[in-house]
Amino acid sequence: MTDDPRPMLHARGVSKFFPGAVALDDVELKLYPGEVHALLGENGAGKSTLIKCLTGVYRRDGGVITLDGADIAPHSTLDSQKLGIGTVYQEVNLLPNLTVAENLFLGRQPTRLGLLARRRMVTEAREVLADYGLDIDPAEPLTSYSVAVQQVVAIARAVEMSGKVLILDEPTASLDRDEVQLLFSVIRTLKARGLAVVFITHFLDQVFDISDRATILRNGRVVGTRLLDGVSQTDIVTLMLGRQLEARVHDRAPRTLGDLLIEVDGLAKSGMLDPASLRIHKGEVVGLAGLLGSGRTETANLIFGAVPADQGRILREGHEIRVTNPREAVAQGFALCPEDRKTDGIVGDLSVRDNIVLALQARQGWWRPIPRAKVTEIAEHYVKALDIRLASLDMPIRLLSGGNQQKALLARWLATAPDFLILDEPTRGIDVGAHAEIIALIESLREQGMALLVASSELEELVAYSTRVIVLRDRRQVSELTGDAISTSNIIHAIADEPIQEAS
Amino acid sequence: MIRSHHLPLMVTLATFVLAYALCGMQYPSMFSTRVVANLLTDNAFLGIVAVGMTFVILSGGIDLSVGSVIAFSGVFLAVILRDTAIHPLAAFVLVLCITTAFGASMGALIHYLEMPPFIVTLAGMFLARGAAYVLSTDSVPIDHAFYDVLKDIYWKAPSGGRFRLIGGLMIVTFVVAGLVLHRTRFGQNVYALGGGAATARLMGVPLAGTTIGIYAVSGGLAGLAGIVFSLYTSAGYSLATVGVELDAIAAVVIGGTLLSGGYGFVAGTFFGILIMGLIQTYIVFDGSLSSWWTKIVIGGLLFAFILLQKGLTWATTTRRKTATGFATQS
Ligand SMILES: Nc1ncnc2c1ncn2[C@@H]1O[C@H](COP(=O)(O)OP(=O)(O)OP(=O)(O)O)[C@@H](O)[C@H]1O
Ligand SMILES: [Mg+2]
Repeated sequence: MTDDPRPMLHARGVSKFFPGAVALDDVELKLYPGEVHALLGENGAGKSTLIKCLTGVYRRDGGVITLDGADIAPHSTLDSQKLGIGTVYQEVNLLPNLTVAENLFLGRQPTRLGLLARRRMVTEAREVLADYGLDIDPAEPLTSYSVAVQQVVAIARAVEMSGKVLILDEPTASLDRDEVQLLFSVIRTLKARGLAVVFITHFLDQVFDISDRATILRNGRVVGTRLLDGVSQTDIVTLMLGRQLEARVHDRAPRTLGDLLIEVDGLAKSGMLDPASLRIHKGEVVGLAGLLGSGRTETANLIFGAVPADQGRILREGHEIRVTNPREAVAQGFALCPEDRKTDGIVGDLSVRDNIVLALQARQGWWRPIPRAKVTEIAEHYVKALDIRLASLDMPIRLLSGGNQQKALLARWLATAPDFLILDEPTRGIDVGAHAEIIALIESLREQGMALLVASSELEELVAYSTRVIVLRDRRQVSELTGDAISTSNIIHAIADEPIQEAS
Repeated sequence: MIRSHHLPLMVTLATFVLAYALCGMQYPSMFSTRVVANLLTDNAFLGIVAVGMTFVILSGGIDLSVGSVIAFSGVFLAVILRDTAIHPLAAFVLVLCITTAFGASMGALIHYLEMPPFIVTLAGMFLARGAAYVLSTDSVPIDHAFYDVLKDIYWKAPSGGRFRLIGGLMIVTFVVAGLVLHRTRFGQNVYALGGGAATARLMGVPLAGTTIGIYAVSGGLAGLAGIVFSLYTSAGYSLATVGVELDAIAAVVIGGTLLSGGYGFVAGTFFGILIMGLIQTYIVFDGSLSSWWTKIVIGGLLFAFILLQKGLTWATTTRRKTATGFATQS
């Protein structure tokens, strides 16, 4: 593979400057046909920027790109698609106002006599999606399906576009294990067909599972390219961070539980969630585990009032409270950091500073503005605490890298100093270093007596910080694990409906 | 199968049927082919320009210049037919070329200079109106044999209604526009642009070509509307059709197209035009009502439709199905 004389795609000396930041500095990337190439790096290292420079979304400030031996200079996604480079970008990739089939075929719809053959488009879309294990009606609007389905459609679209190179920027962030495996089997077929695949992710297991080589970026520079056969995860992480990630010993020392803070009693909404009950004490982290669509997000949203429940009640310190909308929830000292930062979270054009204080300001009421100096102090505190990489607090948040946006969103809710914090997928899109920091943060919040409810699809992570884990399946609570029974294998057994093994 | 984004169209259709039925119950002669024929003839120019506006609004833009472009086209035709021996057909082609190019250059400004369509087309509005004044400040009558020939083309329905050429032209415009929007790549790109320009760009939609094309269509159709208007009034007057752009926008919104772009159908615009024409006709039939009532009713309808759209957007975002649809869900 590596002895192939000619790479499929070769980028040399690629540089990109943004006002106040050097995003890429003399970057080289070589992709050989039939290889899966992982592009790794911390949040803000420049991975997405590199992809955008390669595919013509950004004009690069320097560098040469050759595809199959010929120099190329795509000026837009359209150009790169024509050259046979299919891309799934990290941002929203599809249009909510079109149907699944229209999204899948936009720009290369089948035609008959110059007119679109709509029926054929739907049948073909159904066939294409079947390869990804999707059995949906492509004539339905895209938004009638979950984020995971949409992500698969975006991937399918990019695959169909790519004759030579397929680029996937964090495609698996919202996918389940099974779906990831399906995606990998598709990638393997493409690889066998001689495509070069670029794969960006923060899940190192997945990197080692599918990739042949990896290029590691740090602060816009390439710090190394490695054949993955010969290296360990630790080597890669050290390269990414420029330092060793100290191993955290997870002690299962008995924890002192505080008073009962929140009691949820039979909260339900028909079609969304069967009656759910749970009790959360101060100083406790309750984990929510389950497959995608099992009701994790729904539970979080119902408790926060983001979606009004149609039965059940919530008690706070023994008194029934009314939580029918997020505003009431915030007034009760609740906070919810949502799963989908793109649609529910950030206000793209507002500055990072304003995004961070948004929830706090909303709770205070807009007629009592927080003094500017205080705002800056809060924002600076969280930027430091969460290591958010930015050029200035005044830059619009949409210019931050994906993972840094996620951190800013977390900061927004931490700034409200809630009594009860609900986190939905808090580490999605966050790099390994920051990942460990967020887990540490959850631990320290718990020690300070905060009650937390954390929904996550990463089991190791849940095991690391939960004092109790509730497992959901098919929108129902199916089991609850406490103490030493909390382990990845037990959670998997509970999800798969197999008998729980005694803690060993 | 009816989907939620078809609902505004259904509501528009239902509104029209209901309103027409109510009008007809009060004045049975409103069901006559004569009234129907006049409805089409009187609203032909507005219908054509509203088709162009549908393209623009679907893409998330706005075109404020169309009223002025209609006036300009009318004056241009009148002056050129008065002062030269050119055949009207050649003059029509000339007008269409000028207005299409005018629209295209507004689209180019919007795209390349990243300026808001509102500002660019506002400038276009003043420009076109000014150009009309420069040509002539008076109303210039058009007196040409070929115009009489065109005006004499009609199909007489058995019960007496005369369906004229310009009404037919409007219907053809709607049909062609429907085909373009739903059955061509350009049409899909228009929707894509309305769904989100940044995303559309990342999906490989040619933004420049599409934006320029959209405003060229709108400009060209405004030119066609100008030709129709000159046939309708047999004159060109630089003060004519002031505010027609707003009527067109109203028709598009009443027709169920989302003002922020992305959702809507050109068929809805057709019924939007008919509803507005119907209100006018009713007021004429009634005789005692001031014509300002037209504006008031249209204002009320606009509010109702905007509320409806808000409600629908809200309903579809909160009650989004979470079904995953994965076949291998274990
Ligand atoms: N348009 C822009 N203007 C200014 N700065 C930008 C812009 N786009 C990106 N940046 C900056 O460039 C740096 C690299 O961002 P990039 O999105 O490439 O990171 P990334 O490696 O993809 O990170 P993540 O893993 O979080 O997605 C970041 O510091 C970001 O703030
Ligand atoms: Mg990125």
